Amino acid sequence: MIPGAFEYHRPASVAEAAGLLSQLGDDARVLAGGHSLIPMMKLRMADLSHLVDLQDLDEMKGIKITVSSVTIGAMVTQHELIADDALAAAVPIIREAALQIADPQVRYVGTIGGNVANGDPGNDMPGLMQCLNATYEVQGTEASRMINAREFYESAYFTAREEEEILTRIHIPRPAGGTGYAYEKQKRKIGDYATAAAAVLVGGGEASVAMTNLSDTPVWSQDAGKALASGDVEGCVAAVMGAIDPADDMRGPVEFKKHVAGMILRRAIDRALSRAS
Amino acid sequence: MAKMHVKMTVNGKEVEALAEPRTLLIHFLREDLNITGPHIGCESSHCGACTVDIDGKSVKSCTMFVGQANGTDITTVEGLTNPDGSLGVIQEMFREHHGLQCGYCTPGMITRAHRLLQENPSPTEEEVRFGMAGNLCRCTGYQNIVKAIMASADMLNAQKEAAE
Ligand SMILES: Cc1cc2nc3c(=O)[nH]c(=O)nc-3n(C[C@H](O)[C@H](O)[C@H](O)COP(=O)(O)OP(=O)(O)OC[C@H]3O[C@@H](n4cnc5c(N)ncnc54)[C@H](O)[C@@H]3O)c2cc1C
Ligand code: FES
Ligand code: FES
Repeated sequence: MIPGAFEYHRPASVAEAAGLLSQLGDDARVLAGGHSLIPMMKLRMADLSHLVDLQDLDEMKGIKITVSSVTIGAMVTQHELIADDALAAAVPIIREAALQIADPQVRYVGTIGGNVANGDPGNDMPGLMQCLNATYEVQGTEASRMINAREFYESAYFTAREEEEILTRIHIPRPAGGTGYAYEKQKRKIGDYATAAAAVLVGGGEASVAMTNLSDTPVWSQDAGKALASGDVEGCVAAVMGAIDPADDMRGPVEFKKHVAGMILRRAIDRALSRAS
Repeated sequence: MAKMHVKMTVNGKEVEALAEPRTLLIHFLREDLNITGPHIGCESSHCGACTVDIDGKSVKSCTMFVGQANGTDITTVEGLTNPDGSLGVIQEMFREHHGLQCGYCTPGMITRAHRLLQENPSPTEEEVRFGMAGNLCRCTGYQNIVKAIMASADMLNAQKEAAE
């Protein structure tokens, strides 16, 4: 399991990294924690001639919290997300979800930026970011631009990010105080990707619901959120069941996945409601 | 492809070498440095047999390129023995509590347990199981591994107290 040969680059600034990407073109890829990309390279499913390692880019590290929003650098690891008490107080659903990703070793190196940029429907953070109505800041050689997480995912591994753009930061509006939350995930074993997962926020007359690994993109359903906001749990579940489109694979046949999706969603709604005040 | 120059500290010693950028850290450690404590189990990021400690983080060294580890400080199971070469506390507790059978997973288990106890010196049994979830063992059924780590925590805490 040895990947193909490539040239390794370690730029010192986002500008330099973006310059490298635009100069090297299609054959270059950025490397964050490498815990999605390196497995793909070992299987020779990703073949590239240049790797641009982002680990020295301090501009893409750190978590900033204000009264109205949270900004997370793309290179922040899952481990750092979990360890940050101020973040857990401001947006507790992030720690709850991050603790359900992979295992300790993967969480030490896997980054939030890599998780959301990857485009794998199995990744947990994209659905969570849609639930939270996050915005991704991406930077090419020109000015940066903002892309809403709900408009970012086009199909498996295809996103609104251009090849030469780097995802630098994630901006999340802080949910109102007293908002109930839950991230619920069904997996075959610890460390596995979701058979189905649900992210739910509810409270103060508002709600947001997103599902993971039940389609080739995360599924955020506006109708489901509206129904839950008005107290209609059955309407919420029905809207989600209408929006998901699971495929038959090693995690089970379509019927099973739909069953699991319903269970997981109901559990997430129950827990979120019990936490709302 | 041109080789790159890498420099890092491994078990307290500075090493410098030329390596192909696609070299995985586990292969670099085992084949270039002859540090064969970290094992290759699955080679696909699942089993944790290749776990090493890099700048205070437990990392699966089969899922990191050597260039990513350039400039870092690495500890492997070899680096966890006492200065006189005798077994360190966690190693000794694994021996005493039969925390291994074939021993294949053990270097990864011990290296991971080391970091876990640095971060959480008095874990509950549940915290040990959650913190060790990235390491698979096909022999022991985990019971004695958990016991060995709980005993290590007690021993390390007692040593710390005695030193104060
Ligand atoms: C055993 C195992 C179990 C796992 N289980 C889960 C799980 O349960 N849930 C889950 O969500 N994930 C899981 N993962 C994936 C893990 O969370 C990855 O670390 C994560 O998906 C990618 O983050 P990374 O930093 O490792 O990115 P990388 O692997 O470095 O990059 C992934 C992709 O994103 C691109 N990229 C990375 N950063 C940026 C950026 N800033 N801007 C633009 N493009 C970028 C890369 O070019 C690459 O194409 C698992 C991984 C392993 C090995
Ligand atoms: S050999 Fe690295 S995780 Fe199994
Ligand atoms: S002792 Fe044999 S795999 Fe753990």
